[in-house]
Amino acid sequence: MATRLKPVDAVVIGVGWAGSIMANELAKAGLKVVGLERGRYRGQEEFALPGIHDELKYNRRLELFEDLSRSTITCRNNTGEVARPMRRHGPFPWGEGLGGAGFHWAGWTWRHSPWSFKMRTNTIERYGERAIPTDATIQDWPMTYDELEPYYDKFEYAIGLSGKAGNLNGEIQAGGNPFEGPRSREFPNPPLRKSYGMAVFEEATRSLGYHPFPMPAAQTSRPYTNPDGVGMGACLYCGYCMNTGCEVAAKATPQTTVLPAAMQTGNFEIRAHAAVTRINTSGNRATSVTYVDGRGRELEQPADIVLLTAFTWSNTQQLLVSGIGKPYDPATGAGNVGKNYSWHGAMPYIPLYYDDGHVFNPFMGAGALGMSFSDLEGDNFDHTGLGFIGGIFMTYFQLGSGPMMYQPTPPGTPGWGSEWKQAVAHYYNRSLQVVGFHDHLSYRGNYMDLDPNYADIYGNPLLRLTYDIGPNEIRMSDYMVGVGHEVAKAMKPSRYAVYGLPKRFDAGANYFVIHQVGGAMTGSTPENSVVNKYMQSWDVPNLFVIGASAFPQITAYNPTGTVGALSYMSADAIINQYLKNPGPLVS
Amino acid sequence: MDRRRFLSILSSTVAALGSANVLAVHKVAALGTMKKAYTFFTGAESAFIEAAVARIIPADDLGPGALEADASYFIDQQLTGDYGAGARFYNQGPFGATTPYQGYQLPLSPRDLYRVGIAATDRYCRETYGKDFAQLEPAQQDEVLQGLQGVAGDVAFEEVPGATFFSHLLTDAKDGFFADPAYGGNKDMVGWKLVGFPGVPAQYTEFIERHNEAYDVEPVDLGSMQHAGMHQEHLHAVHRRAAVPRRTTAPAPRPVDPDEPYDWKSGPRFSV
Repeated sequence: MATRLKPVDAVVIGVGWAGSIMANELAKAGLKVVGLERGRYRGQEEFALPGIHDELKYNRRLELFEDLSRSTITCRNNTGEVARPMRRHGPFPWGEGLGGAGFHWAGWTWRHSPWSFKMRTNTIERYGERAIPTDATIQDWPMTYDELEPYYDKFEYAIGLSGKAGNLNGEIQAGGNPFEGPRSREFPNPPLRKSYGMAVFEEATRSLGYHPFPMPAAQTSRPYTNPDGVGMGACLYCGYCMNTGCEVAAKATPQTTVLPAAMQTGNFEIRAHAAVTRINTSGNRATSVTYVDGRGRELEQPADIVLLTAFTWSNTQQLLVSGIGKPYDPATGAGNVGKNYSWHGAMPYIPLYYDDGHVFNPFMGAGALGMSFSDLEGDNFDHTGLGFIGGIFMTYFQLGSGPMMYQPTPPGTPGWGSEWKQAVAHYYNRSLQVVGFHDHLSYRGNYMDLDPNYADIYGNPLLRLTYDIGPNEIRMSDYMVGVGHEVAKAMKPSRYAVYGLPKRFDAGANYFVIHQVGGAMTGSTPENSVVNKYMQSWDVPNLFVIGASAFPQITAYNPTGTVGALSYMSADAIINQYLKNPGPLVS
Repeated sequence: MDRRRFLSILSSTVAALGSANVLAVHKVAALGTMKKAYTFFTGAESAFIEAAVARIIPADDLGPGALEADASYFIDQQLTGDYGAGARFYNQGPFGATTPYQGYQLPLSPRDLYRVGIAATDRYCRETYGKDFAQLEPAQQDEVLQGLQGVAGDVAFEEVPGATFFSHLLTDAKDGFFADPAYGGNKDMVGWKLVGFPGVPAQYTEFIERHNEAYDVEPVDLGSMQHAGMHQEHLHAVHRRAAVPRRTTAPAPRPVDPDEPYDWKSGPRFSV
C-alpha cells in the first residue's frame, strides 16, 4: 500500500526541458510544484574541469543516457515479428536523470516551418490527395506557426539561442535562413564563430544556388543573462559538448537556464530517483501519481494538476499503463495512444576526404556549430513528379569529435591493420561530414504499445516499438543522394561517398539521432488526437502531456525548439485560462 | 572577454545553482606510480588478447600500435568493470529467435563473450594450425581475424557468433588506443599523437576562426591535469607546440563499389 503524501498544486513527471519549463512557469505563478525524476539528480556543478573531457565515459559508455538494465523498449520491424528488447543503446540513445535530453543534447534548436503545421492540407492543396502515400497517417497540427511564434521566441530567449534571423516580421534578412517562418525579433545572441569546414560548405553550397546560413545553436556566443536573470558564459569551442555537460554554462540545459529560476521561487521541489509507475484517475480526473523512491518505498503524490513531461517513450508508456485514453490498434485504426510514431536519421550522409591542402581541426567545435541550408526542406521546392513529399535540411556541423568516435577512413579502407592506421592518421584532420536530416511521415503500421513479454524493474510492461522506414522516405532518399553528389563535388574533396537511408530500420545500428516523436499527438478533436493544442488530455482535463510525444509526425528539423515552444504555450494556457476555470480548454 | 567578467559570469551561474566552486581542480596526492596488472584475463587469455590487439593496430613506421599502447590492459580493466558485466544493458529474458535487425540479443555479458570467444578461437587455431592464436605467424593471425570478422574465409563457432566477438574486440582495442590514458591504455598518448588529437582541450575561441591552420600541439591527458596542474587560470589545458611537426601521407586509394551501402553498425561516425 502506497504511503499517501501531502497534496501539491502540480506534479511534474520527468524533469527535462518540458518539465523544467512547466515547473518554472507554474512555480513563478505561485503554484507549489513537485518534480519527480526517475534518474539521478545532476547539478551543473558536477561538470567541472577537467573530468568532463572524457570520450570513453560520455560518448562510448553513455554516462548521461538511460541505464537499460532498469528499463528499455522493445523493437520489431512489423507486427508479424516478435519484438526484442533494445539491450544496448544503438540507433537512438535516450537520456536519463535531471535535465533529460536537454542535458545531453547538442543544442540544434530549430523552429518548424509554417508549412509543416498544415502538412496534410498544404500537400493536398498543391499536389492533390494522391501525393500522400496510402498508409500515411500524417495530420495537421491544431495550431499554426503564428500562434506558436511567441512561445518559440520565449524559449529561445530563455536559452540564449545564437543565430541570425532570416525572416523578421516577414522581411527576409541577409545572412539568415530565408525559408524560415517570420520571427518577431532577432536571436538573443549572434551566431557562433565560423570554422574552416563551415566556410568550405558555405562557399560550395552558395555556388550551387543554395542559401547557407549559420545553424541556430543553443551555445551562447557571448555572455548572456536570460529574462529570469540566470547567467550563462560564452562558448569556448572546446569540442566536448554533446553527450556531456558544459563547464562554463554556455550550452543551454535546464540546469543552466530555467531550473535555477524555478528553484529560486521556493515553490519547486525536485525528487530524484522517483520513478512514477502509475497516474491514478477517478472518473475523468487525475488524482495522484504513484512512484517508487530511492529507498524502495511506494509513495502516492496527490496533485490538482498532473504534468506528464518525460521522453516520448515514458509519456506513451505511462498513458498506456495508467489506462488513460484508448490504445491505438493498427488493424482497425481505432484509438490514438501510441499512434503516429516517427523518427528520422541521416539522409544523405556524406563523408568527404581531402588528401592535401586542408586541415579542419575536428576536435574544436560546439554541439550546434554548423552551416546549413533549407532550400530542400519541407515544401520549399516543387515536388511535382518527384514521388515524395517533404524534404531535408543539409548541414556541415562541427560538434567536436575525438578520435574514439570519429575515425574517418575513405570507402574501401580495411577496418584495421596498418592501412587503417595510416588512413586514420592522415584523415582524422582532413575530413568533413555533411548530413541531411529528413521529414518522416507517420504511417498506419508505425506505432507504440505495451510489450506482452518484457517488463521494467518496476514491473511495468516495456514499451514496444513497431517501426520501419516508409516508402516516401526511401524515394526521398534516392533523390537526396543525387543532391548529395552535387554538394560533395562542389566541396572539391579528393574522395567522398554519399549514402542514403538503409532499406530497413536496424535496432542494432548506430544511426545516433535521438529524436522520437508521437504516441500522444496533438490534434483538433478527441477523435484524432490524445491532447488538444494546449497539450491537455482530452480524456483527463487536469492531465497535460507535453513533449515530442505530441508531434503528429516528425519534420526534418530537430524537435527541441518546438518542444520548448509547446511547453511555454501550455504553461501560458494553464496559468491564464485553466487556473481560472479548471476544465477542458478546448471544447 | 576579460577574466574578471568571465569569472563573475561563472560564479553567478554557480551561485544561482547553489553549487560548490567549479573553479578548482583537486591536485591529487595519491595515485603515484600505479603498476598495471591483468585482473580479468587468465595467462592464456592475455596471450591471445596481446597478440590480437597487435594485429588490429600494429606497430609500424607510423609508430606504436595497440599492444605498445597497453590496449590489452585497457580491455582487461573494462571487462573487470561495469561494461564487462553488462551492468547497464538490459539482460532479462526471454531469449529466442530474432531477426537480423534487432541488435545484440545474446545472453552473454561482454566478459563472458570474450571468455567464450577467446577459447573458441584458440581451439579453432589448434585444430587448423596446430597452435594457439598467439603462437601463429602474423599473416596467419590476420587470416583468423578476417575469418572471424567475415571478411575472408570461414571461422564458424558453435558457442558464439565469431563476428559478434570480433566486433567487440575491434571496438575495444581501438578504444584502448584512443581513450584517455587514465583508463590504462593509450600509453604515453600514442593514439592521440598518431592522429594529432590534443586531448583535454584548451579554449579554442580564437583558433576556431584560424582557417586551414594546423593545431599541432603536444596532447594533454586527465592525469597531467590532476597531477601536474597543467592548466591555465580558466582551468583549461595548456597546450605546447609539438616538438616534431606531424607528417602523414594519404594511403593509395582502393577500388570502391559505389553501390555499397554504409555500414551503420560500425558507426557512429557522428551523433546528434
